[in-house]
Amino acid sequence: MQSKPVTLTILDVVSIILLGISTYLALVFAPTELVMGDVQRVFYFHIGTAWTALLGFILAAVFSVIYLVKKDLKWDRYQVAAIEVSLIFFFITIVLGSIWARPAWNTWWTWDPRLTTAAVTELIYIAYFMLRQGIDDPDRRARFGAVYALVGGLSAPITFFAIRLFRTIHPVVIGGANAEAEGGFSMTADMRVAFFFALFTFTIIFIDLFWNRIRLGDLQEKVEQLKLKVTM
Amino acid sequence: MFLQTTTPDTSGYMIAGYVVAFVVMGLYVASMYLRSRNLQQDLTTLEEMDKAASAQAGPAKKKSKSVTKKSVKR
Repeated sequence: MQSKPVTLTILDVVSIILLGISTYLALVFAPTELVMGDVQRVFYFHIGTAWTALLGFILAAVFSVIYLVKKDLKWDRYQVAAIEVSLIFFFITIVLGSIWARPAWNTWWTWDPRLTTAAVTELIYIAYFMLRQGIDDPDRRARFGAVYALVGGLSAPITFFAIRLFRTIHPVVIGGANAEAEGGFSMTADMRVAFFFALFTFTIIFIDLFWNRIRLGDLQEKVEQLKLKVTM
Repeated sequence: MFLQTTTPDTSGYMIAGYVVAFVVMGLYVASMYLRSRNLQQDLTTLEEMDKAASAQAGPAKKKSKSVTKKSVKR
Protein backbone atom coordinates (compact mmCIF):
# COMPACT_ATOMS: atom_id res chain seq x y z
CA MET A 1 0.00 0.00 0.00
CA GLN A 2 1.21 3.49 -0.75
CA SER A 3 2.07 5.57 2.30
CA LYS A 4 -0.72 7.78 3.55
CA PRO A 5 -0.81 11.21 1.82
CA VAL A 6 0.06 14.13 4.10
CA THR A 7 -3.22 15.85 3.20
CA LEU A 8 -5.19 12.84 4.43
CA THR A 9 -3.22 12.70 7.68
CA ILE A 10 -3.93 16.39 8.21
CA LEU A 11 -7.60 15.78 7.41
CA ASP A 12 -7.69 12.95 10.00
CA VAL A 13 -6.34 15.28 12.68
CA VAL A 14 -8.62 18.18 11.63
CA SER A 15 -11.65 15.84 11.76
CA ILE A 16 -10.85 14.80 15.35
CA ILE A 17 -10.33 18.42 16.42
CA LEU A 18 -13.57 19.54 14.72
CA LEU A 19 -15.48 16.69 16.35
CA GLY A 20 -14.18 17.81 19.74
CA ILE A 21 -15.17 21.44 19.13
CA SER A 22 -18.56 20.41 17.76
CA THR A 23 -19.23 18.27 20.84
CA TYR A 24 -18.28 21.19 23.08
CA LEU A 25 -20.60 23.54 21.18
CA ALA A 26 -23.48 21.06 21.33
CA LEU A 27 -23.07 20.06 24.99
CA VAL A 28 -21.79 23.24 26.64
CA PHE A 29 -22.04 26.31 24.39
CA ALA A 30 -25.61 25.88 23.10
CA PRO A 31 -28.30 26.78 25.63
CA THR A 32 -30.65 24.16 27.07
CA GLU A 33 -33.98 24.02 25.26
CA LEU A 34 -36.66 24.86 27.83
CA VAL A 35 -39.39 22.39 26.81
CA MET A 36 -37.36 19.27 25.98
CA GLY A 37 -34.35 19.82 28.19
CA ASP A 38 -30.90 18.37 27.45
CA VAL A 39 -32.11 15.68 25.05
CA GLN A 40 -32.57 18.39 22.41
CA ARG A 41 -28.76 18.53 22.19
CA VAL A 42 -28.71 15.26 20.24
CA PHE A 43 -30.35 17.25 17.45
CA TYR A 44 -26.97 18.75 16.38
CA PHE A 45 -25.40 15.34 15.67
CA HIS A 46 -28.72 13.94 14.42
CA ILE A 47 -28.96 16.54 11.64
CA GLY A 48 -25.20 16.55 10.98
CA THR A 49 -25.08 12.81 10.32
CA ALA A 50 -28.40 12.82 8.41
CA TRP A 51 -27.22 15.58 6.07
CA THR A 52 -23.96 13.87 5.17
CA ALA A 53 -25.56 10.42 4.89
CA LEU A 54 -28.25 11.56 2.45
CA LEU A 55 -25.65 13.52 0.49
CA GLY A 56 -23.47 10.38 0.38
CA PHE A 57 -26.31 8.27 -1.00
CA ILE A 58 -26.92 10.83 -3.76
CA LEU A 59 -23.16 10.98 -4.43
CA ALA A 60 -23.14 7.18 -4.77
CA ALA A 61 -25.94 7.41 -7.36
CA VAL A 62 -23.82 9.91 -9.32
CA PHE A 63 -20.81 7.54 -9.17
CA SER A 64 -23.10 4.77 -10.43
CA VAL A 65 -23.99 6.79 -13.52
CA ILE A 66 -20.30 7.55 -14.15
CA TYR A 67 -19.43 3.85 -13.75
CA LEU A 68 -22.18 2.77 -16.15
CA VAL A 69 -20.90 5.26 -18.73
CA LYS A 70 -17.13 4.74 -18.33
CA LYS A 71 -17.02 1.09 -17.10
CA ASP A 72 -14.03 1.95 -14.92
CA LEU A 73 -13.96 -0.02 -11.63
CA LYS A 74 -12.50 3.02 -9.87
CA TRP A 75 -16.01 4.55 -9.83
CA ASP A 76 -17.40 1.36 -8.33
CA ARG A 77 -14.94 1.67 -5.45
CA TYR A 78 -15.97 5.32 -4.95
CA GLN A 79 -19.61 4.24 -4.90
CA VAL A 80 -19.01 1.51 -2.30
CA ALA A 81 -17.03 3.95 -0.13
CA ALA A 82 -19.77 6.60 -0.26
CA ILE A 83 -22.50 4.08 0.59
CA GLU A 84 -20.61 2.43 3.44
CA VAL A 85 -19.80 5.70 5.22
CA SER A 86 -23.35 7.00 4.62
CA LEU A 87 -24.84 3.80 6.00
CA ILE A 88 -22.91 4.25 9.26
CA PHE A 89 -23.89 7.93 9.53
CA PHE A 90 -27.53 7.18 8.76
CA PHE A 91 -27.59 4.46 11.42
CA ILE A 92 -26.41 7.08 13.95
CA THR A 93 -29.15 9.46 12.69
CA ILE A 94 -31.88 6.86 13.24
CA VAL A 95 -30.65 5.82 16.69
CA LEU A 96 -30.28 9.46 17.84
CA GLY A 97 -33.78 10.23 16.51
CA SER A 98 -35.18 7.28 18.41
CA ILE A 99 -33.46 8.37 21.63
CA TRP A 100 -34.86 11.90 21.18
CA ALA A 101 -38.34 10.55 20.42
CA ARG A 102 -38.62 8.68 23.72
CA PRO A 103 -39.01 11.77 25.94
CA ALA A 104 -40.46 14.00 23.18
CA TRP A 105 -43.12 11.64 21.74
CA ASN A 106 -43.23 9.12 24.60
CA THR A 107 -42.21 6.31 22.26
CA TRP A 108 -38.93 4.97 20.84
CA TRP A 109 -40.43 4.40 17.40
CA THR A 110 -43.56 5.19 15.41
CA TRP A 111 -44.38 4.43 11.77
CA ASP A 112 -44.44 8.08 10.79
CA PRO A 113 -43.63 8.87 7.09
CA ARG A 114 -40.18 10.29 7.92
CA LEU A 115 -39.20 7.43 10.22
CA THR A 116 -40.52 4.85 7.79
CA THR A 117 -38.70 6.29 4.77
CA ALA A 118 -35.51 6.57 6.84
CA ALA A 119 -35.75 2.92 7.93
CA VAL A 120 -36.47 1.82 4.34
CA THR A 121 -33.44 3.79 3.08
CA GLU A 122 -31.18 2.13 5.66
CA LEU A 123 -32.51 -1.33 4.74
CA ILE A 124 -32.10 -0.64 1.01
CA TYR A 125 -28.39 0.01 1.50
CA ILE A 126 -27.87 -2.94 3.84
CA ALA A 127 -29.38 -5.07 1.05
CA TYR A 128 -26.94 -3.41 -1.38
CA PHE A 129 -24.00 -4.98 0.45
CA MET A 130 -25.80 -8.34 0.61
CA LEU A 131 -26.31 -8.17 -3.16
CA ARG A 132 -22.63 -7.43 -3.76
CA GLN A 133 -21.57 -10.31 -1.49
CA GLY A 134 -23.52 -12.71 -3.68
CA ILE A 135 -21.73 -11.86 -6.95
CA ASP A 136 -18.17 -13.09 -7.62
CA ASP A 137 -17.43 -11.56 -11.00
CA PRO A 138 -16.11 -7.99 -10.33
CA ASP A 139 -17.57 -6.46 -13.51
CA ARG A 140 -20.97 -8.03 -12.98
CA ARG A 141 -20.91 -7.04 -9.30
CA ALA A 142 -20.06 -3.45 -10.20
CA ARG A 143 -22.77 -3.29 -12.89
CA PHE A 144 -25.49 -4.70 -10.62
CA GLY A 145 -24.31 -2.50 -7.75
CA ALA A 146 -24.39 0.61 -9.93
CA VAL A 147 -27.95 -0.01 -11.12
CA TYR A 148 -29.08 -0.81 -7.57
CA ALA A 149 -27.39 2.28 -6.07
CA LEU A 150 -28.88 4.43 -8.82
CA VAL A 151 -32.43 3.26 -8.05
CA GLY A 152 -31.72 3.23 -4.29
CA GLY A 153 -30.51 6.84 -4.56
CA LEU A 154 -34.14 7.88 -5.06
CA SER A 155 -34.82 7.00 -1.42
CA ALA A 156 -32.58 9.86 -0.22
CA PRO A 157 -34.68 12.76 -1.61
CA ILE A 158 -37.88 10.90 -0.67
CA THR A 159 -36.65 10.69 2.94
CA PHE A 160 -35.61 14.34 2.92
CA PHE A 161 -38.93 15.61 1.53
CA ALA A 162 -41.12 13.18 3.56
CA ILE A 163 -41.69 15.74 6.32
CA ARG A 164 -42.45 18.45 3.77
CA LEU A 165 -44.83 16.42 1.60
CA PHE A 166 -46.75 14.23 4.04
CA ARG A 167 -48.61 14.78 7.31
CA THR A 168 -46.06 13.85 9.92
CA ILE A 169 -45.24 14.42 13.58
CA HIS A 170 -41.54 14.85 12.78
CA PRO A 171 -40.61 18.53 13.24
CA VAL A 172 -39.26 20.63 10.36
CA VAL A 173 -36.67 22.74 12.13
CA ILE A 174 -35.22 24.26 8.97
CA GLY A 175 -37.51 25.77 6.34
CA GLY A 176 -40.94 26.07 7.89
CA ALA A 177 -43.13 24.66 10.61
CA ASN A 178 -45.52 21.73 10.45
CA ALA A 179 -48.92 22.01 12.20
CA GLU A 180 -48.93 18.31 13.21
CA ALA A 181 -45.28 18.26 14.30
CA GLU A 182 -44.40 17.52 17.89
CA GLY A 183 -41.09 18.57 19.41
CA GLY A 184 -40.29 21.46 17.08
CA PHE A 185 -38.42 24.49 18.39
CA SER A 186 -36.98 27.81 17.27
CA MET A 187 -33.21 28.08 17.33
CA THR A 188 -31.46 30.86 19.22
CA ALA A 189 -28.27 32.44 17.80
CA ASP A 190 -26.03 30.17 19.93
CA MET A 191 -27.99 27.09 18.86
CA ARG A 192 -27.50 28.13 15.23
CA VAL A 193 -23.73 28.34 15.76
CA ALA A 194 -23.65 24.80 17.20
CA PHE A 195 -25.95 23.56 14.44
CA PHE A 196 -24.02 24.95 11.47
CA PHE A 197 -20.71 23.95 13.03
CA ALA A 198 -22.01 20.37 13.40
CA LEU A 199 -23.05 20.38 9.73
CA PHE A 200 -19.57 21.55 8.74
CA THR A 201 -17.85 19.05 11.06
CA PHE A 202 -19.77 16.04 9.76
CA THR A 203 -19.14 17.11 6.16
CA ILE A 204 -15.37 17.14 6.86
CA ILE A 205 -15.55 13.81 8.76
CA PHE A 206 -17.47 12.32 5.83
CA ILE A 207 -14.81 13.45 3.35
CA ASP A 208 -12.08 12.04 5.61
CA LEU A 209 -13.75 8.64 6.10
CA PHE A 210 -14.70 8.52 2.41
CA TRP A 211 -11.10 9.09 1.35
CA ASN A 212 -9.82 6.46 3.82
CA ARG A 213 -12.44 3.98 2.58
CA ILE A 214 -11.43 4.57 -1.05
CA ARG A 215 -7.83 3.72 -0.13
CA LEU A 216 -9.06 0.55 1.56
CA GLY A 217 -10.96 -0.34 -1.62
CA ASP A 218 -7.84 0.23 -3.70
CA LEU A 219 -5.86 -2.08 -1.40
CA GLN A 220 -8.61 -4.71 -1.63
CA GLU A 221 -8.46 -4.50 -5.43
CA LYS A 222 -4.66 -4.89 -5.40
CA VAL A 223 -4.90 -7.99 -3.16
CA GLU A 224 -7.59 -9.55 -5.39
CA GLN A 225 -5.47 -8.96 -8.52
CA LEU A 226 -2.38 -10.46 -6.91
CA LYS A 227 -4.39 -13.46 -5.69
CA LEU A 228 -5.47 -14.13 -9.27
CA LYS A 229 -1.87 -13.78 -10.52
CA VAL A 230 -0.48 -16.16 -7.88
CA THR A 231 -3.16 -18.83 -8.32
CA MET A 232 -2.85 -18.84 -12.14
CA MET B 1 -44.37 16.99 28.26
CA PHE B 2 -45.53 20.22 26.59
CA LEU B 3 -47.94 21.34 29.32
CA GLN B 4 -45.13 21.57 31.83
CA THR B 5 -43.82 24.60 33.70
CA THR B 6 -40.28 23.35 34.46
CA THR B 7 -37.63 21.96 32.10
CA PRO B 8 -37.56 18.16 32.41
CA ASP B 9 -34.33 16.33 33.20
CA THR B 10 -33.62 14.44 29.98
CA SER B 11 -29.83 14.43 30.35
CA GLY B 12 -29.77 10.61 30.54
CA TYR B 13 -31.14 10.40 26.99
CA MET B 14 -28.66 13.00 25.81
CA ILE B 15 -25.73 11.05 27.29
CA ALA B 16 -27.04 7.83 25.75
CA GLY B 17 -27.29 9.55 22.35
CA TYR B 18 -23.74 10.88 22.40
CA VAL B 19 -22.34 7.59 23.70
CA VAL B 20 -24.04 5.71 20.84
CA ALA B 21 -22.76 8.23 18.26
CA PHE B 22 -19.16 8.02 19.49
CA VAL B 23 -19.18 4.24 19.94
CA VAL B 24 -20.57 3.64 16.42
CA MET B 25 -18.05 6.03 14.83
CA GLY B 26 -15.23 4.49 16.89
CA LEU B 27 -16.20 0.96 15.89
CA TYR B 28 -16.32 1.95 12.24
CA VAL B 29 -12.87 3.55 12.36
CA ALA B 30 -11.53 0.45 14.19
CA SER B 31 -13.08 -1.85 11.57
CA MET B 32 -11.42 0.16 8.79
CA TYR B 33 -8.07 -0.04 10.57
CA LEU B 34 -8.39 -3.82 11.10
CA ARG B 35 -9.48 -4.47 7.52
CA SER B 36 -6.58 -2.38 6.25
CA ARG B 37 -4.10 -4.23 8.47
CA ASN B 38 -5.38 -7.65 7.37
CA LEU B 39 -5.24 -6.67 3.70
CA GLN B 40 -1.70 -5.36 4.19
CA GLN B 41 -0.67 -8.74 5.67
CA ASP B 42 -2.36 -10.56 2.76
CA LEU B 43 -0.56 -8.31 0.31
CA THR B 44 2.84 -9.01 1.89
CA THR B 45 2.24 -12.79 1.84
CA LEU B 46 1.02 -12.72 -1.77
CA GLU B 47 3.97 -10.61 -2.89
CA GLU B 48 6.36 -13.11 -1.28
CA MET B 49 4.54 -15.99 -2.99
CA ASP B 50 4.68 -14.14 -6.29
CA LYS B 51 8.43 -13.50 -5.89
CA ALA B 52 9.07 -17.15 -5.00
CA ALA B 53 7.04 -18.30 -7.99
CA SER B 54 8.90 -16.03 -10.41
CA ALA B 55 12.27 -17.08 -8.89
CA GLN B 56 11.34 -20.71 -9.50
CA ALA B 57 10.16 -19.97 -13.00
CA GLY B 58 13.43 -18.11 -13.79
CA PRO B 59 15.92 -21.06 -13.57
CA ALA B 60 13.36 -23.37 -15.14
CA LYS B 61 13.16 -21.08 -18.14
CA LYS B 62 17.00 -20.91 -18.34
CA LYS B 63 17.19 -24.71 -18.16
CA SER B 64 14.65 -25.19 -20.88
CA LYS B 65 16.49 -22.63 -23.03
CA SER B 66 19.86 -24.42 -22.65
CA VAL B 67 18.24 -27.77 -23.39
CA THR B 68 16.80 -26.41 -26.59
CA LYS B 69 20.18 -24.98 -27.60
CA LYS B 70 21.86 -28.33 -26.97
CA SER B 71 19.20 -30.19 -28.86
CA VAL B 72 19.61 -27.79 -31.78
CA LYS B 73 23.42 -28.32 -31.77
CA ARG B 74 22.91 -32.03 -31.86
